[in-house]
Amino acid sequence: MSVRTFTLNDQLITAAAGQSILAAAREHGIAIPTLCELEGLSTVGACRLCLVEVAGSQRLLPACTTEVQEGMTVVSESPRLKHYRQTILELFLAERNHVCAVCVSNNHCELQNRAVEQGVTHVRFDYLMPTLPVDMSHDRFGVDHNRCILCTRCVRVCDEVEGAHTWDIMGRGFQARVITDMAEPWGDSTSCTSCGKCVQVCPTGALFDKRATAGGMVKQPSFVKVLQHARARKESQ
Amino acid sequence: MVKKVLIDPVTRIEGHAKITLHLNDDGRVAEARFHVTEFRGFEKFCEGRSFREMPAITSRICGICPVSHLLCSAKTGDGLLAVTPPPAAVLLRRIMNLGQIIQSHALSFFHLSGPDLMLGFGAPPTQRSIFGLIEKRPEFARDGIRLRKFGQQVIERLGGKRIHTAWATPGGVTDPLSEENRQAILTDLETADAIITRTLTAYKEMLPRLQAEVNAFGQFPSLFLSLVTPEGNWEHHHGMVRVGDATGQVLATFHEREYARYLGEAVEPWSYLKFPYFKEAGYPQGAYRVGPLARLNLCRRIGTPRADAELIEFRQRCGAVATSSFHYHYARLVEILAAVEWLKVHLDDPRTMDRRVQAEADLNANEAVGVSEAPRGTLFHHYTVDDHGLLTRVNLLIATGQNNLPMQWTIRQIADHFLRGPELTDEMLNRMEAGIRAFDPCLSCSTHAFGAMPLHVQLVGSDGKVIAERYRGGGE
Repeated sequence: MSVRTFTLNDQLITAAAGQSILAAAREHGIAIPTLCELEGLSTVGACRLCLVEVAGSQRLLPACTTEVQEGMTVVSESPRLKHYRQTILELFLAERNHVCAVCVSNNHCELQNRAVEQGVTHVRFDYLMPTLPVDMSHDRFGVDHNRCILCTRCVRVCDEVEGAHTWDIMGRGFQARVITDMAEPWGDSTSCTSCGKCVQVCPTGALFDKRATAGGMVKQPSFVKVLQHARARKESQ
Repeated sequence: MVKKVLIDPVTRIEGHAKITLHLNDDGRVAEARFHVTEFRGFEKFCEGRSFREMPAITSRICGICPVSHLLCSAKTGDGLLAVTPPPAAVLLRRIMNLGQIIQSHALSFFHLSGPDLMLGFGAPPTQRSIFGLIEKRPEFARDGIRLRKFGQQVIERLGGKRIHTAWATPGGVTDPLSEENRQAILTDLETADAIITRTLTAYKEMLPRLQAEVNAFGQFPSLFLSLVTPEGNWEHHHGMVRVGDATGQVLATFHEREYARYLGEAVEPWSYLKFPYFKEAGYPQGAYRVGPLARLNLCRRIGTPRADAELIEFRQRCGAVATSSFHYHYARLVEILAAVEWLKVHLDDPRTMDRRVQAEADLNANEAVGVSEAPRGTLFHHYTVDDHGLLTRVNLLIATGQNNLPMQWTIRQIADHFLRGPELTDEMLNRMEAGIRAFDPCLSCSTHAFGAMPLHVQLVGSDGKVIAERYRGGGE
């Protein structure tokens, strides 16, 4: 296995070739904030929260999809990055109707946690307040598009782990929406196996157990990593 | 010339409101109006949400009585699931409601009305607040704060937090009561018992001196509405809805799902609050009072020894049916004692500690009505949902709404009694506000528990011109 050495926040770090900046940072106990990324799923660089500064690049690059290069110099914490991360989170909060107080994921929400960690105290943008539906047609689960941040974790886990590909994205830009099958009610979906993986990986209260109360939904997304690891082991035997 | 007196805002109540008095040519009150100036829109924006979210959403209507909405909404949810919650869940909900009654009644009596009762209606506005009370009557103020704290802790020990817990759900509650918390409530109960016992004694000693207020603060016959047990006893969470009149005659007893058959809601263009009335008697004659006074007037007995003895004394002092709204204060104290005694009964009931607290079910009905007694009166929630449980119609009948017309009549009576010509004294203004405070109206989450509120009073001529104006400054 070839090795790459690079500098992260003035610290010399060794990583495997092909490893992302995010994975290498994690191995060395350096936390970079993420939202759409989840260990065990493919990376899409959708949320842009893990942006880092790379010497020689004018642009900020997402740590989750940028591979480590030999000799590169990376900074994951700076006033500039803080500003961008706060702005990104504020845009998330302004785009749909995130009402934490009555949300099933209150106090257990990744969006809320990131906002607190990054010091978001106000949203400086006008709220769009779109009129978005709630779909409660499924027997066990509900989807509230008001709380969706389009991270596509549900789409990826359903496709890559469950293999059903019930979820996908419809529309473009801020009008994009996660859909089941051909934009049919979730309860009418013929491909959904009702496994609940999408609910567990959803970082906010967008996908939830129908019986959950406000603040009562504690998700366990770490199963994806365990499942992928177990499968890999079985295949290698 | 017709004149108008305006009190805006009304202070030391929960929410925002103003009073206008329309005077006729000889300076007497022609009409009194209590306007609720807030618009909240909960009934509308809940549409499209799941009924399972409603306990949490509706409890956000208020920071003083979130438990009332929480429990009423959970009960309505029980109806949509068509289940009976396990006995432990019902008992635990009752315990939380008793905690809620204690904390809210303590807030109303000690913090909000205490300054008027203890310092006098004419005390300087800067002193007539909980802070003035702490200075002049520290032991009384301390009792009030402790008693409220006890009630809040009952709520916290069940629901995990004092305000806006989402612990009650359709079908039951999320968590049982731990033995540790049961013991803690029982221990603190003794202090609460001592406080309410001495407060009741003190109030009864004071009552003969308050005869002018008793006679002028909403002393009129009216209908009353509250929950009663099937035996006709005091009830705060389950039971039947009863309507009775000022002579003690029962006019109707019905299940909450029939509320629309018996109760109508009128709308007036000058207030965001609706005007419910008993249909059989028509509008406005069918306006009725709810809350502690109604509950004590309509029940046969309370069901615990000391509260029952107090109820007998209450009736001896105030009449078989107490018709003065000033007696809301007294009724509140009797109810605190009732709640303290009932808490002990429920906490000693072995069924309370059962671990099974949730009935599991899916949606089984498209429409349900729930009812519960909020501290300030009977609360109805009425939901209609589609086949997936998304709300298509929400109707909330709130205690303060039901007291709306009696509050108008009370202001009118006080103004008639104390207003002399265009002279607006501070004491007179405060008496009108105090008349409203007796009902402990809860207009929203915002509690104006601080005495020195700005008070804007205008005398307006029939041509709309301001004839006289007075502004009482202060900080919020």
